[in-house]
Amino acid sequence: MGEFKVHRVRFFNYVPSGIRCVAYNNQSNRLAVSRTDGTVEIYNLSANYFQEKFFPGHESRATEALCWAKGQRLFSGGLNGEIIEYDLQALNIKYAMDAFGGPIWSMAVSPCGSQLLVGCEDGSVKLFQITPDKIQFERNFDRQKSRILSLSWHPSGTHIAAGSIDYISVFDVKSGSAVHKMLVDRQYMGVSKRKCIIWGVAFLSDGTVISVDSAGKVQFWDSATGTLVKNHLIANADVQSIAVSDQEDSFVVGTAEGTVFHFQLVSVTSNSSEKQWVRTKPFQHHTHDVRAVAHSPTALISGGTDTHLVIRPLMEKVEVKNYDAALRKITFPHRRLISCSKKRHLLLFQFAHHLELWRLGSTVATGKNGDTLPLSKDADHLLHLKTKGPENIICSCISPCGSWIAYSTTSRFFLYRLNYEHDNISLQRVSKMPAFLRSALQILFSEDSTKLFVASNQGSLHIIRLLEGSFKHLHTFQPQSGTVESMCLLAVSPDGNWLAASGTSAGVHVYNIKHLKLHCTVPAYNFPVTALAIAPNTNNLVIAHSDQQVFEYSIPEKQYTEWSRTIQKQGFHYLWLQRDTPITHISFHPKRPMHILLHDAYMFCIIDKSLPLPNDKTLLYNPLPPTNESDVIRRRTAHAFKISKIYKPLLFMDLLDERTLVAVERPLDDIIAQLPPPIKKKKFGT
Amino acid sequence: MAALEEEFTLSTVPLGAGPNGLLGVEQSDKTDQFLVTHGGRTVILYKVSDQKPLGSWSVKQGQIITCPAVCNFQTGEFIVVHDNKVLRIWNTEDVNLDKVFKATLSAEIYRIHSIQGTEPLVLFKEGAVRGLEALLAEPQQKIETVLSDDEVIKWTKVFMVFRHPVLIFITEKHGNHFAYIQTFSSRTLSKYTLFHGQEEKSVIQNFTASVDRKFISLMSLSSDGCVYETLIPIHPRDPDENQRVVRSLLLKTVVAGNARSGVALTVLDQDHVAVLGPPLPASKECLSIWNTKFQTLQTSRELPQGTSGQLWYFGENLFMLHGKFLTVIPYKCEVSSLAGALGKLKHSQDPGTHTVPHFVNWETSRGCGFGSQNSEQSKRILRRRKIEVNVPPPAFEQLLSTIKKDSEKDIEVELCKFLAVKRTPDFHTIVGDIVLELLGRHTTEPSFYPRNSLMQLIQTHVLSYSLCPGLMEVALEKTDVQMLQLCLQQFPDIPESITCACLKIFLSDPVQEKMDEQTEILQNGFNADEQNCDSCDRKLNQKPQDAAEETTSCPVVPKRAALLNAILHSAYSEMFLLPHLKDIPAQHVTLFLQYLYFLYLKCSENATMTLPGLHPPTLNQIMDWICLLLDANFTVVVMIPEAKRLLLSLYKFVKSQICICSELNKIEVSFRELQKLNQEKNNRELYSIEVLELF
Repeated sequence: MGEFKVHRVRFFNYVPSGIRCVAYNNQSNRLAVSRTDGTVEIYNLSANYFQEKFFPGHESRATEALCWAKGQRLFSGGLNGEIIEYDLQALNIKYAMDAFGGPIWSMAVSPCGSQLLVGCEDGSVKLFQITPDKIQFERNFDRQKSRILSLSWHPSGTHIAAGSIDYISVFDVKSGSAVHKMLVDRQYMGVSKRKCIIWGVAFLSDGTVISVDSAGKVQFWDSATGTLVKNHLIANADVQSIAVSDQEDSFVVGTAEGTVFHFQLVSVTSNSSEKQWVRTKPFQHHTHDVRAVAHSPTALISGGTDTHLVIRPLMEKVEVKNYDAALRKITFPHRRLISCSKKRHLLLFQFAHHLELWRLGSTVATGKNGDTLPLSKDADHLLHLKTKGPENIICSCISPCGSWIAYSTTSRFFLYRLNYEHDNISLQRVSKMPAFLRSALQILFSEDSTKLFVASNQGSLHIIRLLEGSFKHLHTFQPQSGTVESMCLLAVSPDGNWLAASGTSAGVHVYNIKHLKLHCTVPAYNFPVTALAIAPNTNNLVIAHSDQQVFEYSIPEKQYTEWSRTIQKQGFHYLWLQRDTPITHISFHPKRPMHILLHDAYMFCIIDKSLPLPNDKTLLYNPLPPTNESDVIRRRTAHAFKISKIYKPLLFMDLLDERTLVAVERPLDDIIAQLPPPIKKKKFGT
Repeated sequence: MAALEEEFTLSTVPLGAGPNGLLGVEQSDKTDQFLVTHGGRTVILYKVSDQKPLGSWSVKQGQIITCPAVCNFQTGEFIVVHDNKVLRIWNTEDVNLDKVFKATLSAEIYRIHSIQGTEPLVLFKEGAVRGLEALLAEPQQKIETVLSDDEVIKWTKVFMVFRHPVLIFITEKHGNHFAYIQTFSSRTLSKYTLFHGQEEKSVIQNFTASVDRKFISLMSLSSDGCVYETLIPIHPRDPDENQRVVRSLLLKTVVAGNARSGVALTVLDQDHVAVLGPPLPASKECLSIWNTKFQTLQTSRELPQGTSGQLWYFGENLFMLHGKFLTVIPYKCEVSSLAGALGKLKHSQDPGTHTVPHFVNWETSRGCGFGSQNSEQSKRILRRRKIEVNVPPPAFEQLLSTIKKDSEKDIEVELCKFLAVKRTPDFHTIVGDIVLELLGRHTTEPSFYPRNSLMQLIQTHVLSYSLCPGLMEVALEKTDVQMLQLCLQQFPDIPESITCACLKIFLSDPVQEKMDEQTEILQNGFNADEQNCDSCDRKLNQKPQDAAEETTSCPVVPKRAALLNAILHSAYSEMFLLPHLKDIPAQHVTLFLQYLYFLYLKCSENATMTLPGLHPPTLNQIMDWICLLLDANFTVVVMIPEAKRLLLSLYKFVKSQICICSELNKIEVSFRELQKLNQEKNNRELYSIEVLELF
């Protein structure tokens, strides 16, 4: 297959934000996750846990509560006091509405899905009516002394429980008055704490209220009498989150020590109908606070300060022992944060509020497999570009020639021209961007850096011609009539004739740039597209989907290629299909048209289409170089998928030229080192 | 509860009846797919849940398959043997068996075994075993003969034990059966003669086996209709010796005694076996599931069209011939246990292994039969089991009656006889009973104190405090320090109050304050170990010492030192010990502290911080006891003038210890930093250019 010089880059200092809330939607099997920087991500649990949408964060918009309402509508509330509804089609914020109660700490949608309850800093619980296109304030409940940190509806919708500081209130929804006030013991292991914060409540249909608090307790209350029924002391630190299953036979809580506990309703004896809540399983998948938990029918979902989203399937609920039964830990976004200028060996790193431009080093030495070569020139940090304003960067791109950088936030689009004079670099902003270029979901430069393609969040695609220091709007492809779905992925052919664009669900559209018209649409597939690329010369479009399928579609012939049909007929190797991170980037070898390079977070693969395909009996991944084995074994091992797992977690990989690769890794240890220290637990012998 | 589900037929093609109809059913590398080898020429791969064949292969006319096809789990290929010597290896893609890989071997094959986690193993008819890879490398290699003339293999099976395969095969010669265990981790072959016991007349008809860490439990179905169990150790003490193993009755009359054909047996899990055969002489053939623990019939299914006496069990399916068709009966057994309630039952298991679930079910502390007595085994079983109390041998009854009325001398004689007999699994409980009986007579008849018998019983190494409560109390009452020392050394579960009472006696006993009692010690029968230790101490004492350091001479006589060492070795929990330590008189505390300090100084004399001797107290034990004594008695000790010097030196040594610890901590931190730097240098470089070759 060949020898490569690999630029192994570990200086991309990216740290994901901690997870603040998770909300699971049973109907669509989707999970909404909000992070501490205000970003909201949507994961499709049916599509191999793919992160299919995201809403960029905002400095002043710390999300404290997140919930789904009827008709797949997503709401959040935060410390700026606003209730926000997200537009899941156009991928922008539909509206923000001030609740006028100070920071919002908690939120709950009524069981029928038509009313929204928010708990505010000033102790008020506010009821909103969800109308088809907005929400409308209805009334306030009795004002409480201190902030409302948690809310839960009774499944019948007649009562709610609200957790505050030191007590839980039960309200009658009709009258809006507090029926019970249940005081929580401040004592913690004999020591009286200053306050006991009720981080979470859950109201069950039998009238039981479950509360979790900062003293490490999980308590069961009888809401009819307002009395404490049972008390579990489970942690030495705060219990911060709770989620109950729809059947109300199990629930999950997360603690500040990083432990997640599973509670189940278990029969007291083998054949009696009397049941009681028993703490069954502890899970320690987190190192830091578990700020949010969710309970899907088959899995426990948790997330917290350590930035991992952990999906832990419940083995007794999983019917077939297949790959869905495996534990998932999602750390990195399922999109690219890095772009590369092949000509000048530059890497552009995208952070939440700035961009970094680096120039790769070089070497004159050669070596054999596994050698680290001495550097004749180290990598340089050329540029640190800070954004203005509180908005996070959505996307960014550097042109292949290295002379242009473009990036976009929710409200502004920026284009810069870079000039290189020997070792000096100068940056010049291209001003007066047209009004339609306000917000981009994806930016791409053509291979010769003369054109800029921008996918805006209204579903339109803009083509702009770049001239020395200025630009000219060439054309805009409007979205298909009736659809407003935004395009998230773009690919342009190296000869500059074809542009492919894909949204989250509909098929991939291919446009002819010369004639400025839609050329064809690749048939829609059940699973979202994770990466796209067009091969040089052949103009074959390679599409990777979240179920790990890879298709090759010939653009000129408007049909799938023979190779693609063959591999679909035979099926991918089972180990290939069992990988748990999506392919995020596809590229091609400039000299070898038969080769496709693609990578996910834990491997990269060069597919050699000329070799036979592996079947389930062949060894897919062989880390060892072939030794003097017999012909039988060599015959068994030679197949089209050449996989390497040396670089991980791999955030980006591309071919700089035919003999040079660049791999950007982000070791987990480096991320952990930048997180706040976890709660120190006394371990034996320390 | 074990249950059989609805049966279904796999092959629609009728097979020839009898063992020639079906050679075998074997697992393939995919779950739910099985290789069925028909006697004669065909191998069919079935997907059981779909009840349909996925592929079928035949050998040429004139060739005959002689052993069931298996799947090589490492490569996914299939292997079959035809005409005894010819190996064929093929893939699902291959169509014609004639054109696939072929290897002709130099000896006749009995079976090929293939299980997950290892390469296939080939067992030759002459008893030799080879790995497949090694055979294929040199197919014509010479295969040695292991079995004697007229000895034929009857049955064989392979297990994975600690990731290494273990192969067992049973041979028969002139009506005698032998078991061979071939281990591959140590490459040993051990032979056992299967001893039939009293049921000499019966003929063994069928075998099955399961494995349990150290033993293979071999079950055999005899012509008298009973199931017998034989425990064969996997790792024999002496592999060269031909050992005999005895079988014990496991289940009585599960099939009619006269059944000639259609009888088979297979282990399902720890407690269940499946038996194929007619339950009554006149009845139709039946598949029944028996619980071996409770000896109950769990469920059964009638097979009116008769079977061939072949039964296979994989995953959750039982395979057998019913009439002329291969029939599958799914079997489910849900164990009701707390582990199940807690969800721990769903612990992941290696794919393909179907043997026993590996959670611990505390109800099944299965005993072993009479055949394989092993002291380690019996020592481990601490609880007394009412269900399977073996009938005590007659010697026990006799001993008990002797204890009731005869003199101490007679009891000793009887006891010697009794202890000479081979040990049974419940030996420890019997010994406990004997001790209790002896103590019982002592309470009614205070002059009766069978010291020698008791000492002998304690030295059987099977007693514990809870097995014979009262023994140590009696010894304390009699101030029998020697017995107390023995108990302290032997019993793992002495309450802290008793340990402390012993300590009090050891410290206060005035008789032993003379140095020249060494001979008497020997007569008293002290352990040789202790003796060594003592003499070592003594030798150390005699070393020329600096006159100024008076503490370096041992403050107690060797005998008392030996007794105190026994205390230091005993197990305790601080919380329960502290209150009792407060009751020790101040002089004794001082003496003990002096002794401990002496030991500490001895410890610190060498670099490894250990004392000489066979079982000396460790430094940690010494330090813990010093702390405990001071914690309990500090206010008292601080008032005694003679303890002042000792306390001062202890204070000094604590200070020096703290110094050392802090210095060590500093060194550790520096080392950690160095290590970190080293690591960073190795793989935390932020940027490098490396060479990668893809193959």
